[in-house]
Amino acid sequence: MSVDREIAVDYLARVEGEGAMYLKLRGDEVLDLKFKIFEPPRFFEAFLRGRSYFEAPDITARICGICPIAYQTSACNAMEDAAGVHLTGGLRDLRRLIYCGEWIESHALHVFFLHAPDFLGYESAIAMATDFPDRVQTALRLKKIGNQLMTVLGGREIHPINIRVGGFYRTPTREELKALVPDLEWALEAAIDTTKWVSGLSFPDFERDYEFVALQHPDEYAIHQGRIVSNRGLDIPAEEWGEHFEESHVAWSNALHARRRDTGRSYHVGPMARYSLNFDRLTPVAQRAAIDAGLGDSCTNPFRSIVVRAVEIAFACEEALRLIGGYERPTSPFVEVEPRDAVGHGASEAPRGLLYHRYAVDGEGLISEAHIVPPTSQNQLSIEDDLRAYVPGRTGLPDDRLQWELEQAIRSYDPCISCATHFLDLTVERE
Amino acid sequence: MTTEKAKLAVWKFASCDGCQLTLLDAEDHLLDVVSAIDIAYFPEATRAVVSGPYDLSLVEGSVTTAHDAERIREVREVSKTLVTIGACATAGGIQSLRNWADVDEFTSIVYAHPEYIDTLATSTPISDHVMVDFELRGCPISKHQLLEVIDAFLHHRAPNIPRHSVCVECKLRGTNCVMVAQGIPCMGPITQAGCGAICPAYDRGCYGCFGPSQSPNIGSLAGWWRQFGVSDFDLVRALRTFNGYAPEFREASEAYER
Repeated sequence: MSVDREIAVDYLARVEGEGAMYLKLRGDEVLDLKFKIFEPPRFFEAFLRGRSYFEAPDITARICGICPIAYQTSACNAMEDAAGVHLTGGLRDLRRLIYCGEWIESHALHVFFLHAPDFLGYESAIAMATDFPDRVQTALRLKKIGNQLMTVLGGREIHPINIRVGGFYRTPTREELKALVPDLEWALEAAIDTTKWVSGLSFPDFERDYEFVALQHPDEYAIHQGRIVSNRGLDIPAEEWGEHFEESHVAWSNALHARRRDTGRSYHVGPMARYSLNFDRLTPVAQRAAIDAGLGDSCTNPFRSIVVRAVEIAFACEEALRLIGGYERPTSPFVEVEPRDAVGHGASEAPRGLLYHRYAVDGEGLISEAHIVPPTSQNQLSIEDDLRAYVPGRTGLPDDRLQWELEQAIRSYDPCISCATHFLDLTVERE
Repeated sequence: MTTEKAKLAVWKFASCDGCQLTLLDAEDHLLDVVSAIDIAYFPEATRAVVSGPYDLSLVEGSVTTAHDAERIREVREVSKTLVTIGACATAGGIQSLRNWADVDEFTSIVYAHPEYIDTLATSTPISDHVMVDFELRGCPISKHQLLEVIDAFLHHRAPNIPRHSVCVECKLRGTNCVMVAQGIPCMGPITQAGCGAICPAYDRGCYGCFGPSQSPNIGSLAGWWRQFGVSDFDLVRALRTFNGYAPEFREASEAYER
């Protein structure tokens, strides 16, 4: 085979935002491969300049309608860091609790609506509903429970209004949270059952030796706080992100490519990274569900990330129940955060991976510099590396099958292109 | 009655995806919606593409590139009814803050190679480019209002979307006025209802995510805000968020900037 072959997907489906893929093959050799992000830039980092530190959570939430809590949390973490404030007790617990809601709704959306149809050969979850009505009903109810948690705490599920620098505008009563318990107990069981179900799907035989990067916390499975660690020995506070990672701008993407500064290589953020780095900190029921699903203490097959997401739904339900069980309403809904001339750094684990914010703020509280690094821009290079490794040996597949498997590989990352652009369409070209 | 279902298409321009997610977030009604209308084009939810023309197009996002300015014309051509959803599509969105700035400078702040970036100097609502049949506001839109718009379309009637202010919703909800009772600056009096008056129920002032209500008296509200010690600088900023480029908010913010 010396004829060049081209596969192009001009608009990738079942991802959040606008992306494309282009692949050019000569026989078994990959001549060119690009994961393109053409979502138009919205310039958040530019127009945040001159805005108040207090507006950062509401404005940056609008980067992503699927993971607004991630943006609000990383922004608050950064502004609180700049002011030297650290949330403790009930306020800290509530930050973690609302984030559990976002993990549940976002992961339920991805597992059932965006990823499962690939494994089962359907174009969408809606098409799946005829043959798998119970699964689709479970998906909708799980998603709804995650959204309810966000609504009780945040006022609404998309762009919650109750997150402020220093805490919340209003904290929920014990009774308001207790009312969520029966649904969360159902959701935990449903997540365990989902873990079993997705572990029985068939996965392409594909493993990669990733550098996993995620937050780590000594006492808990990190969500909203922690040090940035990797399986290659990295262990740094958020403020050192810039010393160890760098972003470059390539012509085919409106999202910046992040890579490790010392090796120049890709790294992997998201559920597989968190799971592989923090397995021993999972809550007991979620850990048991993972072991029963045959996962082991790490996962290096990106297609299997669907199982890890299901485990993380179980974790988020279990953790939410624990937090609600111990909740005492704080005496004040927030702590005062007085602006000062400083630089603040904030990181948290968005459902799709590490999200880093850095702001320079002046004495009046006005933002003079903003730097936001979403998970998908950190994963772009890893996605391209995956595709480059996946294609050889599979070039015998017809274009439409190869294209679908490559799309599926990309969807394994739950890429959020709206986030990354400050991103999917597929083209395969065979010579 | 007709036996063939109407075809729905969901289009995305510059946006956060939150408004189209609202359709998937209508968990209790999603299966009813898909039994009443064919999802013919909705890339966030499905790989399947049914060709146009489409009976109902929902358009999310604003126009920020020359390519998108062309694409929205193509969308209009294949759409019998076109409804814009959300603050980006109806008012330009938060990204319209570039309309008061130098976009070349913006590009160079964010990107190392501005020459790779193809963008317009402005972010504009869909109605600046093509005829729009109905505009559904909100950042994000309300799922109840979205379902109302789809239901109204299916029954050939006008959507029942009130244009009155958030104040009415506070009264309906039984929330004490945060401005009167707590002295918290609130945009509720000039902001269109639809969210359910969430912010005041959480002890915070409305921040205008549903855009200007019908005939908003911004001058009067500005007077009240000044009494609470809000500077014109802060007032301009409050008006210039997700709906900053909506005509009423735009004109007022430009007046207070002078």
